[in-house]
Amino acid sequence: MSAVTSSLQASASLPRWYNPAALLGSFSLALASMTLSGFEDEAGNLNLAAVIVIGYLLYMAITFVVSRAVEGRRKSVDRMVTGLVTAAFTLAVIPLLSLTYTVVSNGLARLDATFFSNSMRNIVGEGGGALHAIVGTLELTGIATLISVPIGIMTAIYLVEYGRGRLAKLVTFFVDVMTGIPSIVAGLFAFTLFLVVLGPANAINGLAGAVSLSVLMVPVVIRATEEMLKIVPNELREASYALGVPKWLTIIKVVIPTALAGIATGVIIAIARVIGETAPLLLAAGFTASMNYNPLSDKMMTLPVFVFTSFANQGVDTQAYIDRSWAGALTLMIIVMVLNLIARIISRVFSPRG
Amino acid sequence: MSKRIELRNLNVYYGSFLAVEDINMVIEPRAITAFIGPSGCGKSTLIRTLNRMHEVIPGAYVQGELTMDGENIYAPEVDPVKVRRQVGMVFQRPNPFPTMSIKDNVLSGYKLNNSKMSKTEADEIAEKALVGANLWNEVKDRLERPGSSLSGGQQQRLCIARAIAVEPDVILMDEPTSALDPISTAAIEDLAVELKDKFTVVIVTHNMQQASRISDQTAFFNIAGTGMPGKLIEYDKTEKIFSNPTQKQTEDYVSGRFG
Repeated sequence: MSAVTSSLQASASLPRWYNPAALLGSFSLALASMTLSGFEDEAGNLNLAAVIVIGYLLYMAITFVVSRAVEGRRKSVDRMVTGLVTAAFTLAVIPLLSLTYTVVSNGLARLDATFFSNSMRNIVGEGGGALHAIVGTLELTGIATLISVPIGIMTAIYLVEYGRGRLAKLVTFFVDVMTGIPSIVAGLFAFTLFLVVLGPANAINGLAGAVSLSVLMVPVVIRATEEMLKIVPNELREASYALGVPKWLTIIKVVIPTALAGIATGVIIAIARVIGETAPLLLAAGFTASMNYNPLSDKMMTLPVFVFTSFANQGVDTQAYIDRSWAGALTLMIIVMVLNLIARIISRVFSPRG
Repeated sequence: MSKRIELRNLNVYYGSFLAVEDINMVIEPRAITAFIGPSGCGKSTLIRTLNRMHEVIPGAYVQGELTMDGENIYAPEVDPVKVRRQVGMVFQRPNPFPTMSIKDNVLSGYKLNNSKMSKTEADEIAEKALVGANLWNEVKDRLERPGSSLSGGQQQRLCIARAIAVEPDVILMDEPTSALDPISTAAIEDLAVELKDKFTVVIVTHNMQQASRISDQTAFFNIAGTGMPGKLIEYDKTEKIFSNPTQKQTEDYVSGRFG
């Protein structure tokens, strides 16, 4: 049979059951060795992390040797790299899954109708809710979006379509600087701004919080929009100019619609980015236990601040405060998830078909 | 309508770089004028000066005079946007607007300029332009589909329909068939020949057979070397250029000895 040896002949390869079998083998070996050696922690439990690490190392070592012998160098290296990449991916996903699980399991306890229909006014123990914080978060983020999106999109249009020379370079530079502003500094900026304008009695209100959020949001919107406008093919602009369409109409009717899906996604991601901000709101919007629908006066509660204050200032019934804190975190996560879903739907609806 | 274009002492620059030097020529109405020459000789640059698209590129400008029926389109009081409404252009790669349907693409010259028109009027213009671009029979049942759903050759004819829908005086074609297969190319060539009944047609092409098949006048451009400006070497009736050119360079180029 081997009388005819072709240079194209594939080297022998391990059977398909090799991988599951090797994984099962390595991990049971690791488990067995840990149990038999009596390597346990103080409580007498099995050290699961050690089992996983030892099992993984065993699998890699066995696979390398076996694959090298049977399949040759290239495929054994391939299996090693696949193993490394999978391990890295698993490491990255574990915190995410663990976090989601923790928040959901702890938050569900108080995710009831009272939580969504009551504020914390006159509540010292159980009961109460986060309606004031939910309303505050939605209002503040909404106002921040109304401020940031026009500024952000118009700045991006300037940078991509008109900006030449020093002014454009300067704007790009400051956008870069703004991206790196620590959120607490944005909060201090909004707080001092309102302090100077309105005086110490009225400085802390919802609008101040919204302004601090938009300081953080504007650079994100600019960057996202800029990237989307840049990938609109120049041929489309030229096609429009060649039809005798002025530049401003070309931008409004050709460039923006072509990039709309990406811009909308960018805006939603920017919203998701600032909706969880705590530090600037703690300063600029303050915290309160009462309902406040008016962003122009008085302190306003928001969900991240609600989570923080519930946890930081636990009252008499400690567990009630902690439960509310978790429920607030879960609500925030749900809002962000819904926003991401909306972003996906928008990008599907608006993206050019063909 | 169809206009006579005259170029007098025209120099075309990209910043400080002189790309095309001292062009003098008359482009006849109701005829196809072909620009041929090796890559980088300035054919495309020159055709883009005819509708003031050249200056869209930052730092690019033109010196000299370019008149259409006696009116200098580079006069300071002339609005380049209005020039482009009279001079349609078809590009090398088909570029229908991806967000618009086939019908909206044809009407884009009106729609993008916010022109108001009734539905019947719009339907008439769209049908007339699509018939004019030999595309009507292929797309009449799917006018609301996106323009990018068509094949490359159909997209290019859609771009021609878009250009002729606004009823310009001049149609410029910058290598309109270089991205297309021979059958689509033949369709575009037939169309160009039909268009010259109504428009002044200028076409840039790398394909010398194409120039000899469809054009009435041919202009041959060449450069002395990289970094040197492109020049008009010879401009004459197409038969003359391809059978008995005056210049040695032209003869070498059309006979395939270089380029």
